[in-house]
Order: sequence, then structure tokens, then C-alpha cells
Amino acid sequence: MTASAAGAGRYKRRPGWVDAFLWIVRIGALVVLVWGVAGTVVQGIAGEGPTGEAWRDLVVAGIAQGAMYGLIALGYSMVYGVLGFINFAHGEVFMAGGMVGFFVANYLWDIRFWETDFVLSVLLVLVTSILTSALVAVIVERVAYRPLRGSPRLIPLITSIGISFFLQYTFAGLFGVAVKNYPPPPDYMRNRIGILGLQIEVTKLVVIVVGAAAMIGLYLFVEKTRTGRSIRAVAEDKEMAALMGIDVDRTIVATFAVGGAMAGIAGTLWALLFRGVSFITGFLPGIKAFTAAVLGGVGNLTGAMAGGVLLGLFEGVGPQLVLAGFGIPGVSQLKDVVAFTALVLVLIFKPTGLFGERLSAEDRA
Amino acid sequence: MSRPADGAPVLEFRGVHTHYGPVHILKDVDISIREGQIVCLLGGNASGKTTTLKTVLGMVVPTAGDVLVGGESVNGWRTADIVKLGVSMVPENRRLFKRMTVKENLEIGAYLRSGDMSADYDRVLEMFPRLKERLGQRAGTLSGGEQQMAAVGRALMADPKVLLMDEPSMGLAPVLVAQNFELIQQINEAGTTVFVVEQNANMALSIADYGYVLQTGRVVLADTAANLLANPEMRRAYLGESG
Ligand SMILES: Nc1ncnc2c1ncn2[C@@H]1O[C@H](COP(=O)(O)OP(=O)(O)OP(=O)(O)O)[C@@H](O)[C@H]1O
Ligand SMILES: [Mg+2]
Repeated sequence: MTASAAGAGRYKRRPGWVDAFLWIVRIGALVVLVWGVAGTVVQGIAGEGPTGEAWRDLVVAGIAQGAMYGLIALGYSMVYGVLGFINFAHGEVFMAGGMVGFFVANYLWDIRFWETDFVLSVLLVLVTSILTSALVAVIVERVAYRPLRGSPRLIPLITSIGISFFLQYTFAGLFGVAVKNYPPPPDYMRNRIGILGLQIEVTKLVVIVVGAAAMIGLYLFVEKTRTGRSIRAVAEDKEMAALMGIDVDRTIVATFAVGGAMAGIAGTLWALLFRGVSFITGFLPGIKAFTAAVLGGVGNLTGAMAGGVLLGLFEGVGPQLVLAGFGIPGVSQLKDVVAFTALVLVLIFKPTGLFGERLSAEDRA
Repeated sequence: MSRPADGAPVLEFRGVHTHYGPVHILKDVDISIREGQIVCLLGGNASGKTTTLKTVLGMVVPTAGDVLVGGESVNGWRTADIVKLGVSMVPENRRLFKRMTVKENLEIGAYLRSGDMSADYDRVLEMFPRLKERLGQRAGTLSGGEQQMAAVGRALMADPKVLLMDEPSMGLAPVLVAQNFELIQQINEAGTTVFVVEQNANMALSIADYGYVLQTGRVVLADTAANLLANPEMRRAYLGESG
């Protein structure tokens, strides 16, 4: 992926027909996009499509889901930043948090605490989820990736796919394959409150607020703290970082811990949005978050967050906005198609991701 | 100029050999640098000068022999731990953190220190007024000369006992080269021992107390700077004198 992204710059003199083909794809994509949107607008004018209220719901739901993707995407981007490979086990780090959080939630439900104090219960679940995900991420680094330090990047990448399956089936083995449903939230979570002229469901609002707070927190951590600065130094030049007296190994552990913690937060947000978790829960959100990271430009943290929110919006609004215009039935089930098509399109139009790719020279293979 | 050679040795190589894979680079290198000295390391391209500095910092690990910092053997130590003994380096090609601002680069130079660093910060900015106007600029966008200043500044922010400098005048305009050597003297007078790799042998020897000449990884000459400057063999081979 690095190669293809950097390729745009390198193959300036690629054959003319490749350019011609890419332009046909770009123009074709635009035509489809405009056609679909126009169709939807026409339907709307004819009073057939979703109401304005329904559109606003789609946007809010998209942002909420996107905030979750963004939090997971940060983990991909941070690890890519310091070690230069995509940690495909990161989806499972997210799943681990959601899964262990479920047992705490379930226990709180059993002792009837969940109903008495829902807010405190969710906080307990959140802390559990954060700790679990961070711990799993750190253990994976220590056991699987550290011994591979210095080997070609393809090797930890392939290892991470192996770890991903290992974690999935470990959780399946420990806790069974059935989907586990978090206890039901109190009714007020489904109420709507008016904010900025929007009627937002409390659950979605909580997810968006928590997601935004976590992202701001992470940004400040990376930019302003001593550990954050050492993470940036290690990402840029490990030898020079060591020359400054930075403990590179510990900094890498910190990177995995922080990325894991973000995934842990996402695990609880997932539970709030969807309630059901299983050993396979990490797969699709993991791939989507990876997509979000690529969309924003891998290695760029702001890009990862923005990419997540955008991807959530694409899949929330895209099916209705574009596909419904062609009269395709049941479009909301096609959100995954839209998400990945959006990825492909963004990469065709802007191969370095929407926010450019921050790569050091030696990373441009 | 020539300082008494009675300070304690702060940096020593004893029979050091290094290899890159099967390739033998440093061969039985002995170096001894005393506190307060300026010592220069001369030699042609690929003679092993950069390798010598990297060996001090554990970036290259000796295959035989000992490296001692402040009398303590640092064989097998990690770079981050050797740095804690008070060694700092201005590396070949500067290697600033390009995505960070100049200010952040200076601050990260003081990573290991705690407490008030404003005196050193002011000292660096006084030394390089050009940097003061560029504190918020990304280091990657600095000119070569400015990067050199920032790299020296970053190393000084650690308040090192020993400063290693790898070709600090490389790529500088001639007038800056002279300034650069004055600067090294100034740093040394403030109490820092300096071990400097240079191509510019004349200038380097004119400020140094002692010099070593490397040739294909072997120390072929080691003497006081004054003697080296007078040495006919030296003049022929490295000081650009014909005949
Ligand atoms: N990482 C490495 N792997 C293999 N060989 C290396 C490595 N680093 C340096 N060398 C080789 O070791 C020899 C000495 O290199 P070194 O960088 O120490 O030379 P130098 O004296 O600093 O040269 P210059 O004046 O050109 O900077 C060279 O032949 C170089 O190719
Ligand atoms: Mg060199």
C-alpha cells in the first residue's frame, strides 16, 4: 500500500493509457455520483424519499459510528507511525475490550446496579474495556512484534494477521461463539434532545461526545506531553530518539497502550450503539477503521480521526444519497459497499489519502 | 593553546574492533580523550570516522575491545543509557526531527534533564540568533546552515560533558566554517570536552589539542595538534601540501 501511494509521485512517466484509464474511472465515478444524487433529489421533490428528519438521523448516526471508527483508526496510524507496518490484529484489540466489558456489564446487571446507576456502570465498563484493550495490545507487541523488530516489514504484517485469528479463536474458545448482548440501557438513552436544531438520540450524543473528547485528549497527549513527544521522535527517527536518551522500547509499548486504550473506548461505544459483541466483532470495524486510516492518510493522526468520521458519514448517508437515486431497493444494507467504494474512489482521486501521508523518506519504498 | 594533558580520561577506546556483517571496519583502535580537551579525528572518506563516533554511543557495537566513558566500560549498553553519562552528538547530516518545530527540537535535546533549562535555552539562542526567529518553523524546512545550528543547539541542550561532532562544517559557506570552529572553541571553553570529526584538517588542528588520523579503520597517526601540523607526512597526505 505504501508502494502504491508513493507510486503516484514516482511513476510520473507512466504510459498514457494508464492515465487515460484513470481519468475514465474518475469521470465515470463522478457521473455515477452526480446521477445518483440527482435521482435522489428528484425523488425527494416528488415526496418519495426519506423525510428531512430521517436524513438528519442518518447524518447523526453516521457521525456517531464514524467517531468509533476514528478511535480505532488512531491505533492503526500510531503503530504504523512508530513501526511502519499495519497491525491487523488491532480490530481484535477493540473486540477484546468490548468482550471483557460485557462481562462487567452483565455482572452489574445481575447485582441490579446497572439499573440503579447506569452512568457509573457504563464508566466501570469503559475503564475495564480500556484496560483490557491496552493490555492486549501491549502483550501482542511484547510477545509477537518485538522479536521481529528489524526484520522486513512484511513479516510483522503477516504475523499481525496470524495474531488476529489467534485472538479471535482464543476469545471464541474462552467465551463461546454466541453473540453476547449487553444489558438494555435505560429508556432515557433513546430519548431525543434538541441540539443545534437537531433532534439527537441520547445514545448517539454520548457516543459523539465521548469520541470527540477521546480524540482531543489523544491529540493533546501526542502534541503536548513528554511521552507524546517521544512517540513522535521514535516515529521519525529511532536512532536519533535514542540519542536524545529516549527509551525506544518503552515508547513503543506506550504507543501500543495508548492505541489500545482508544480501541477500548471504541469497544464501549460499540456496545452503546449495537449492544451485541462476539469473537468476530473486531473484524469489520477493524477493516473499516483501517480504511478510515488510509482515507485520512496513514501515519497522520488528525487524518485518522477525520477519516473515521468521514467514513461513518459515507456509509450512513451514502447509500440513501447515491444508491437510492438509481431506484435500488434496500439500500441501507449496502453500506459496506459504499464504505469500500468510497475508499477506492478517494485513492483513485488522491492516492496519499485525503490529508496527505506523512512518511519519512526511508518509508517511501 | 595546548592544554595540560592531566585531566581525567573521559572517553577511551582500548583495542576496539568493529564489523558491519563480515566487513572489518575499525581495527585495533586506541583513543584517549581527557577532560577539557578538543580532540579531532581526521581521515579520508570511508576510513571509519563516523563508525568511531557511533561506537561511542553504542549504535555500533564493538566486536572486540572496550569503550570507556568516564572510566566505565559501556560495551553492550543501549544508546539511551550511554547518553545518560553525559555524551551528546551532532550527527552526520544533522538529522533533526524534521516534522517538529525548531523549539521542539531544542526541547527534546534536554529530554533527560529536569528542572529549569532556560539558561541553556538562552545560551543556545544567544549563540544562534538566527534560530530565535525560526523557533516555530518546522526543522525540515530550515536551510542547511540553520539545520546545522539547530543540531548543535539540540546537542548543547543536553548540557553534555562530552560533545561528539561529525563533520560540523560540512556544507557550510567558507565564512561560516571559520565561525563554526570559533564556536567549537567557545563550547569547549565553557567546559565541554569535544571530539570532532573533520575533513578540514588545517582548521581542525588549529583549534584542537590532540589529533588522530584514521586510514581504513586503523589509527595511523596520533599526536598533539601542534606536532601533527608540523609532521611532514601529515602535511603531504592531509594538509593539502604537495611534494
Ligand atoms: N550500516 C553499515 N553497513 C555496512 N557498512 C557500513 C555501514 N555504515 C558504514 N559502513 C561502511 O563502513 C566504512 C566506514 O564508514 P564511515 O561512515 O565510518 O566512514 P567515514 O570515515 O565517516 O566516511 P565519510 O568521511 O565519507 O563520512 C565505509 O566503507 C562504509 O561503507
Ligand atoms: Mg562520516
